[in-house]
Amino acid sequence: MVTLTHYLILSFLLFSIGVAGVLIRRNIIIMLMSMELIFNSVNISLAAFSYYLHSLSGTIIVIFNITIAAAEVAIGLAILVAVYRRRKTVYVDELNKLRY
Amino acid sequence: MYIWALLILPLFSAVLITLVTRRHKDLSSYISIGAVLACFFIVLPIFLRFVGAPHTEHLEGSFRWIGVPGMLVEIGYLIDPLSVLMLFIVTFVGTLIHIYSRGYMHDDPGYSRFFACLSLFIFSMLGIVLANNLIMIYIFWELVGLSSYLLIGFYFEKPAASDAAKKAFLVNRIGDFGFALGICVIFYASGTFNFLEIAHQVHAGHLSPNTMLLGSLLLFCGAVGKSAQFPLHVWLPDAMEGPTPVSALIHAATMVAAGVYMLARISFLLYAAPPAATTVIAYTGAITALGAALLALGQSDIKRVIAFSTLSSLGYMVMSVGVGSATAGMFYLMTHAFFKALLFLCAGSVIHACHTNDIWHMGALSPKLKITATTFILGSLAMMGVFPFSGFWSKDEILSAAFANGDMVLYGAGVLTAFITGIFMTKLILVTFFGKKRYHGSPHESPPSMTIPLIILAVFAVFVGLVGIPSLHPNFGSFLGLHGAEHGAEHGFNMTVAISSTIVVFAGIIIGFLTYYTGTIDPDKMYKRFRGPYRLLENRFYIDHFYDNFIVAKIYNQVARISTFIEVNIIIHFCINGPAYLIRHAGLFLRSTITGGVQHYTFFMVTGVVVLIIVYALT
Amino acid sequence: MEQIFFYIFAVIAVVAAVSVVVSRNPVHSALFLIVCLLQVAAIFVLLRAPFLAATQVFVYVGAVMVLFLFTVLVLDIGRETVVEYMHSHAFAAVGAVVALFVVLAYIASRGTITVPQGGFSEEVLAKNVEVVGRALFTKYIFPFEVVSFLLLIALVGAIVLVMNEKGSKS
Repeated sequence: MVTLTHYLILSFLLFSIGVAGVLIRRNIIIMLMSMELIFNSVNISLAAFSYYLHSLSGTIIVIFNITIAAAEVAIGLAILVAVYRRRKTVYVDELNKLRY
Repeated sequence: MYIWALLILPLFSAVLITLVTRRHKDLSSYISIGAVLACFFIVLPIFLRFVGAPHTEHLEGSFRWIGVPGMLVEIGYLIDPLSVLMLFIVTFVGTLIHIYSRGYMHDDPGYSRFFACLSLFIFSMLGIVLANNLIMIYIFWELVGLSSYLLIGFYFEKPAASDAAKKAFLVNRIGDFGFALGICVIFYASGTFNFLEIAHQVHAGHLSPNTMLLGSLLLFCGAVGKSAQFPLHVWLPDAMEGPTPVSALIHAATMVAAGVYMLARISFLLYAAPPAATTVIAYTGAITALGAALLALGQSDIKRVIAFSTLSSLGYMVMSVGVGSATAGMFYLMTHAFFKALLFLCAGSVIHACHTNDIWHMGALSPKLKITATTFILGSLAMMGVFPFSGFWSKDEILSAAFANGDMVLYGAGVLTAFITGIFMTKLILVTFFGKKRYHGSPHESPPSMTIPLIILAVFAVFVGLVGIPSLHPNFGSFLGLHGAEHGAEHGFNMTVAISSTIVVFAGIIIGFLTYYTGTIDPDKMYKRFRGPYRLLENRFYIDHFYDNFIVAKIYNQVARISTFIEVNIIIHFCINGPAYLIRHAGLFLRSTITGGVQHYTFFMVTGVVVLIIVYALT
Repeated sequence: MEQIFFYIFAVIAVVAAVSVVVSRNPVHSALFLIVCLLQVAAIFVLLRAPFLAATQVFVYVGAVMVLFLFTVLVLDIGRETVVEYMHSHAFAAVGAVVALFVVLAYIASRGTITVPQGGFSEEVLAKNVEVVGRALFTKYIFPFEVVSFLLLIALVGAIVLVMNEKGSKS
């Protein structure tokens, strides 16, 4: 029997891997991919809650989530392209002009 | 309600000139003159109504300013014969001096500032006069101090002027401290600040004699400072660094007389207090009168001579209050306002013509400055108290009161002062306007805007004394109706006093004439013979030296050193720089966390989330 | 049976996710991400949400991943060296992440469902697409419109961001 906890653990595992990707990779593209992982882990939780609580809200929110994730990726990649044109780099630790 | 316009108009004028019309000289002066003139025309009908019916009920109006249980502070006006008289003097002399200033200050770069300060002064002075309670009088008392400071230091780029302004302010502060304590004492004893209510309590005998003695003496401290009585008289001669119209208006006619006005205002208290209070007041006045007259002999600056004569006159007024006749004091205040303003304005006219203050660089000016010379002589005669000029009647009132009081020392001091006044005023006239020509250049008469006020003031200086002729009824005393009249016994016109004072004054004039005109008495020989005393006079009895070398050098500087130590080390370094230092270094530390690296921020965020979840899980 | 499939999908998803993060070649990362997202779609099927699974495949695997691959190829980023690859503070980051997972898992294992169950039982969810569509266009019509507008803004924004500035030659 697969319980809610199984899905949640899977979700948290993917979430942690996504966070680790954001934290340790220097390449912005990989960071964006890791953020997609985070989104997906959240979606798994929401769908699991929706299933185990017999509520439709979770499913609906997942749909909105996917939409917003698509928008976020579009904007994020657009920013990345713009930054790359100007700075000729995709490494996030070289983009540290906003410091003291 | 139109009474409030007396305060609003000059204040509005001062603000308007400062903020808006500063760059337009003529407009500024017209605004200022218009404000004081409007005040005069507000006061005039009230004054005439009171003159027509001397025992009119007083007018009082007020609104609550601070009202806490047990203490009510009002802003209000009290119009009775005393304040109406003072209002009339302030606005009338003020108007003339404003007009005069238009001519006198015409090419000064600070023209608009000057008129703004004058308006501020008129506002403050009218506030003192109108005040119906001690707190309000104190506030405006400080405000006239401020405007006096601003005007003495008008030529602030001159070190002497800015020093004099500071000196005036600080010396006044000593007196005002006593004044503030006095207000506290009176409030503590009576529970009110309102004059009429205090008077009511005093008459009902609710205040103990010792309280009244303490209160009177402390309030008198205020008058000592403002009216420049011994030992706080040192600021007034230095105040002559200000422009001459200011000397005339503030340091002769009105502000310095505020002390006397205030004493007259609280005369019910002074005369109900034990006699020690009035004795102190009378002797302070007498010392000031005599000492200042002596000092005037040793001066050669035309404005300083008149300044010392003002001191002397103020001493007279205070002595008059002290010997029990506040009425005579106010009468002298009125006549003095006219003739002293006249003398100062004449001096201003002379300075304007000769561009020097030293009378030994003048001489033989009377053919050149006919109007100025004539009005100056009339003013001097009034000042000396020659029959029938105004000074005669007012001085005679005071001497009669002193005589009736029975203290012959005070009377003697008064007569001696009159004698010396005769000498130095004669000297001033003769050296300035007659004798040999010692001036340079070609002095010419001042413009009409300056001479017309002189003529008007001269008319008043000559004739205003007639309202106080004792045998008239109603006369000045019955108009004023002060309670002091009850105390000082009915002292009618005393022939002995009148004749003796006249003889003394003429003796003084003759001595002055012989010394400085015919040369029968050689001033140089006199100088050689009385070298010691003369040096004493030249150095103003060394009182200023005493203050400078002892009070300032020894006590004041030590206190200043301690204050500086406290200020620099404790307040600045510890209380102000300390927190700044801490915050600066905390900021430097926190600054190192702003690396600009997105992943650092994310790392901190994740750590924070972990901590929050742990906290949540544990609770 | 369901349990077996869950574990298959879960293990593949986690392995793919780890590969996304550790792979040195961005193209490989993108491909691993596709694998991972497909597993997530399968998980959605297990959760009786076939509509979500379809959306996941269409939107993520179709649109988003193509976008990623395009970007990677356009920017021409090859294999990375070790220095380019990770930060010096990677160990601290991994530590923080492990701690995060531990506390999250602790909370998830301790949690119990206390909320009353809603009306969408397994039987109702059999007609998944119809139920979701009905809810989306009735109860959630306003958020739906807002999100569609947001998508439009993102579209315009993306175009503006990558458009060459007027007059400048790249």
